[in-house]
Amino acid sequence: MTETAVTAGAPFTAERRRARHRAAWRRRRLVLMLMSPWIVGFCVFFGYPLVMSVYLSFTHYDLLSSPKWIGWANYKYLFTQDPQVGPAVRNTLWLILIMVPLQVLFAFGVATMVARAKRGVGFFRTVFYLPALAPPVAATMAFVYLLNPATGPVNVILGHLGINGPLWFQSPQWSKPSLTLLSIWGIGNLMIIFLAAILDAPQQLYESAELDGAGPIQRMRWVTLPTISPVILFSVVISVIAAMQYFTQAYVAANIASGQASQAGDQTVNNLGYPEGSTLFYPVLLYQHGFRFFNMGYASALSVLLLIVAFTVTVLIIRNSRRWVHYAGAVK
Amino acid sequence: MSTASVPVAAGTLVRRKPPWAVRRRRFLVAVADHSLLIVVAIIFLTPFAFIVLTSLMTNEQALSSHLWPSPFRWHNYVDVFREAPIWRWAINTFLYSVLATLGVLCSSIPVAYALSRIRWRGRDLAFATVLIALMLPPVVSVVPLYVMWAKLHLVGNLGPLIIPNWFGDAFSIFLLRQFFLTIPEEYLDAARVDGCGELRILATVVLRLAKPAIAAVALFSFLYTFNDFFLPLLYLRENPSHWVLQIGLSEFRSLHQVQWNLTMAATLLVMAPVIILFFLAQKAFVEGVTLTGVKG
Repeated sequence: MTETAVTAGAPFTAERRRARHRAAWRRRRLVLMLMSPWIVGFCVFFGYPLVMSVYLSFTHYDLLSSPKWIGWANYKYLFTQDPQVGPAVRNTLWLILIMVPLQVLFAFGVATMVARAKRGVGFFRTVFYLPALAPPVAATMAFVYLLNPATGPVNVILGHLGINGPLWFQSPQWSKPSLTLLSIWGIGNLMIIFLAAILDAPQQLYESAELDGAGPIQRMRWVTLPTISPVILFSVVISVIAAMQYFTQAYVAANIASGQASQAGDQTVNNLGYPEGSTLFYPVLLYQHGFRFFNMGYASALSVLLLIVAFTVTVLIIRNSRRWVHYAGAVK
Repeated sequence: MSTASVPVAAGTLVRRKPPWAVRRRRFLVAVADHSLLIVVAIIFLTPFAFIVLTSLMTNEQALSSHLWPSPFRWHNYVDVFREAPIWRWAINTFLYSVLATLGVLCSSIPVAYALSRIRWRGRDLAFATVLIALMLPPVVSVVPLYVMWAKLHLVGNLGPLIIPNWFGDAFSIFLLRQFFLTIPEEYLDAARVDGCGELRILATVVLRLAKPAIAAVALFSFLYTFNDFFLPLLYLRENPSHWVLQIGLSEFRSLHQVQWNLTMAATLLVMAPVIILFFLAQKAFVEGVTLTGVKG
């Protein structure tokens, strides 16, 4: 860029051309050198697995013998026979349709409250952010204990209030709401993003809205929401993608809660999805086939499907968002 | 707050003290706001409180409906280390986190620089590959990568967790690139006029100006690997001598039956490093999270 600017007006002697040639080569070598980690990384850890996933999904492969081509059999089994796929998809949909909206709503509510606070914004921000930092495994263990049906603090307190607490992680009806409570406890990241966006909204807009006689609800509807809508979109997209990959909390909760129920902690029992498959989300199913049964071919088929769905959903959300997302200064 | 940016009216508009009734209403609204906020904040803090309290109970108390430990059994924190090889797990975690974070920084910074401050043909295409990699769920590539590492006989140790981080991390590249773009071209041009090569510019000018972004990337990477459970579960589950803290913690209760008091003590110990790190680097954290949201 700078070289061309310097030499542009100069006469094209052979020597100059060679010099330019050399400079261009040096430049290319430099770019190649700087880019090399990503070039290798993208090919080996991204391109290769993608191609291999598609290939393996058409094979039967157990890691011991070499992959055997079986055509569409994995997909046929996936769509028509596997009794676990339906429930796993429904469980994951539950996360997307109930857990994600609640997360976003709570994060937004808390951020609004913190933004309104006259004092201690920093203190409250820390309080609400801290749980998000807690390692998911530790947070899940803590919640399984807190929501322990018989002696857990939550049910003890509910008991003092005369409420018969539910079975939480031990009950198929309450296991997903319990996980939702856990995820609401960890909304810190979303909250910080919302808070920054709300505090960033131009003050003049609020002042002119107030002069026009807009109440707090109208200001929220016509000033806050439009100005932070790109941030809401961003949060929805990352939360939905995260929900489709929801694994750690479900795995740990099922593992601990089932161990608690049997009191034996027997590792040979397949406790994925405990209780009664209610926490068997799609990624848990994938894990079970790939890394418990070592059905690499079938697990690949599951992952290819997840890839297609994740991609489609992301594109759909972003497409539809044009209607409600407002970009400041965008010409449209 | 800037009154300067308020349109013309501000000059002519004289701010009167609002009448007493209005002030009283505003005060009550503020009280209501703050009390609601305080209640919610307390609810958010209770889980931590119960973890701490339970970790100080005797085993019998932890299994009863008592909420307050009596007596306080500080010895639990000694017992935890005796019951489980926590130090070994911690060392493995530390190895994973530090080596992975180093790798992310060493590999992502040059890539981000090439994608933002040098012009070359195919740059947009290369950046598109970063975006694509960013959008696709990592769960998808897990099976073939496992097969690959199994063929290389690396399943069961930390290699498969650390090595990929030395080849660029899409999220970090993206974040760094966005930040590098905000550095005014004049700084770089000044360095070029002084005869600096691109590498010198990267090492001196850019790295110095992009400190907040680099700190954020390092923090996120450290946090991510410290908290990571999925990859260690895949690659280390069969090999307890290489377990990291998160795996050890998740197996803690099955190793030692139902001792909730010790389990909560271990839980707190696993949470502690992250929380301490947060208080040490609070500003970098909040700036970093904001950076992801605003630039995203």
